[in-house]
Amino acid sequence: MILLTSAPIDYHALTESVRSPASGAVVLFLGTVRELTAGRRTVALDYEGYPQMAEAELAKLESQARSRWPIDRVAIVHRLGRLELGEISVAIAVSCPHRKQAFEAGQFLIDELKVSVPIWKQENWDDGTTEWVHPGNDGTPATESTASNDSTDSTKTTE
Amino acid sequence: MLQVKLFAQARQLAGRTQIELPWSDGQNVSRLKTELGQRCPPLVPLIPSLLVAINNVYAANEAEIRCDDEVACFPPVSGG
Repeated sequence: MILLTSAPIDYHALTESVRSPASGAVVLFLGTVRELTAGRRTVALDYEGYPQMAEAELAKLESQARSRWPIDRVAIVHRLGRLELGEISVAIAVSCPHRKQAFEAGQFLIDELKVSVPIWKQENWDDGTTEWVHPGNDGTPATESTASNDSTDSTKTTE
Repeated sequence: MLQVKLFAQARQLAGRTQIELPWSDGQNVSRLKTELGQRCPPLVPLIPSLLVAINNVYAANEAEIRCDDEVACFPPVSGG
């Protein structure tokens, strides 16, 4: 299941939706809005998307992941609009027979989402300024995430 | 004429969500970038890193564009 939404993400329901007797492992990744980035304080993030292409790219990522790992079910939801601190911008739930596959597939999906899916975030800093996050345009490497969330946090697993 | 959708900082600098350009079928993405820079000078700083999609698929500089294609231009992405 792939979804773009402006509503808060029900990650419990998302996780439940990928559980099945075919899987021994479920991995949930949540991307959340972090306050501090390189010494600057975020008040909120604004997410904008190109919905039809974003969905197409997410479908491609699912297909690529399925060709590399034995994935049972996968659900990806990305939220658009204004998000406050701590809110969830993206949730990815994936189930596989074994945990190594589930961890790897989950990491692949968020890592690739961040470099290919046409969604953009804009920082609202506490000094009142706003700044688009466009990796590489301000001299930061395109492979590093310097905006106010991070792809290595908040994994929840059961097996 | 070709309609080009703009997103994120491209949309903001151009001051609009879409721009219309005179176009001939078969001209390529490189030509599009040149035309955008000439017709919308605020976009010039974004051109070197600008991404282009044709019908929801990323397109390389050599890709050809038809007037009835759906074309979008945008800076590097930052979802997640």
